[in-house]
Amino acid sequence: MLFLLLGIVLLHIAALVLLFVSTIVNTWVETSGSSADLWLNCSTTNGGSHCDPANTSEWIQAVQATMILSVIFSVISLFLFFCQLFTLQKGGRFFFTGIFQILASLFVMSGAIIYTVKNADWVPESASYGYAYILAWVAFPLALISGCIYVILRKRE
Amino acid sequence: MLSFIALASIILASLAPQSEAIWVYTGWERHALVGSEVRLSCSFFSWRWLSDDVTFSWSYKPDNARSSISIFHYAGGQPYVDNKGPFRDRLEFVGNPQKRDGSILIRNLDYNDNGTFTCDAKNPPDIVGRPSSVKLLVFDKVPVRAGVITGAIIGSVLGLVILIVAIYFLMRFLVARRVLNLSVSKIEKGKKVKGKEGSQQRQGPVLYATLDQSTKLKAAGSEKKKSGDSKKDKK
Repeated sequence: MLFLLLGIVLLHIAALVLLFVSTIVNTWVETSGSSADLWLNCSTTNGGSHCDPANTSEWIQAVQATMILSVIFSVISLFLFFCQLFTLQKGGRFFFTGIFQILASLFVMSGAIIYTVKNADWVPESASYGYAYILAWVAFPLALISGCIYVILRKRE
Repeated sequence: MLSFIALASIILASLAPQSEAIWVYTGWERHALVGSEVRLSCSFFSWRWLSDDVTFSWSYKPDNARSSISIFHYAGGQPYVDNKGPFRDRLEFVGNPQKRDGSILIRNLDYNDNGTFTCDAKNPPDIVGRPSSVKLLVFDKVPVRAGVITGAIIGSVLGLVILIVAIYFLMRFLVARRVLNLSVSKIEKGKKVKGKEGSQQRQGPVLYATLDQSTKLKAAGSEKKKSGDSKKDKK
């Protein structure tokens, strides 16, 4: 049914948008008046906001790399889905699409885990997690479910 | 004509010295760990031959200070190192003035050594030039540059994925070629067993093989797809 196809594509795009927002917006941790990670530490003093580059420790760079990789893989998976939709034989499975989407979800999971475990090195005690961090955790199961659906799916007609 | 050329060259030769200057080179920044040593290099370029009165001077300006103090001077073939200032007993001259090198070595660095070191070289009569400065940054741990590890991880993972996909397609191509070779040899054996025919019929097997091969491949492909068909059929 067309609705099923539409629903699956919408799920994929939702996971992709969450990944993009989580990677680009710089609010993985927040304190009152400043937000930080992954790319900038921005603080708003009375006047304007001033941004410094984020800490350059190895673990932040690893989280940056895994988030970027997950976005790349999710985009490739969306592209492959449309390719395979038109070229797959009847009864075929969307293996490549599903594999890339599952890889994207694994990368987001590892990035979020690394950040959770290692952020005590550079984040002050008073900070709390921001919404970009939560979006990363939400994007992980969405991408995983989407990838599993692709692996199970078969092409009809 | 010749006299005109001679006059022009003399005028040019007399003009040239007024445009030359001495160029002093040092690094831009030096990073070092606390307690280690650092070599601050200084060299110069001059249009003139190296004179016996070449001089090198190093001066140091701490980060928060306004003025600089002189810490090293080389003149008349003798180096004179700092024996009263912040670098006494820590400074050593490791340059070679004959090779236009006026580098110094500072040992046992401390956080107070953060600052700007300025080298001024003079090669009489070539004395017009700007001194050059190098900033010294002392760390307790050398920081990783931003983006190095990120780029390395992304590059290696993408390279690995591309390699795996390439190997997968290569295996598929090789398996298909092997199936083609096997079926060609089978058909040729079958034709030989039947007996020798005319030359036109000998060319037959080539066409036979490709036709037969394409149908065999299609059959094999659809067989693979239908084999796992125990699950629900969705679209």
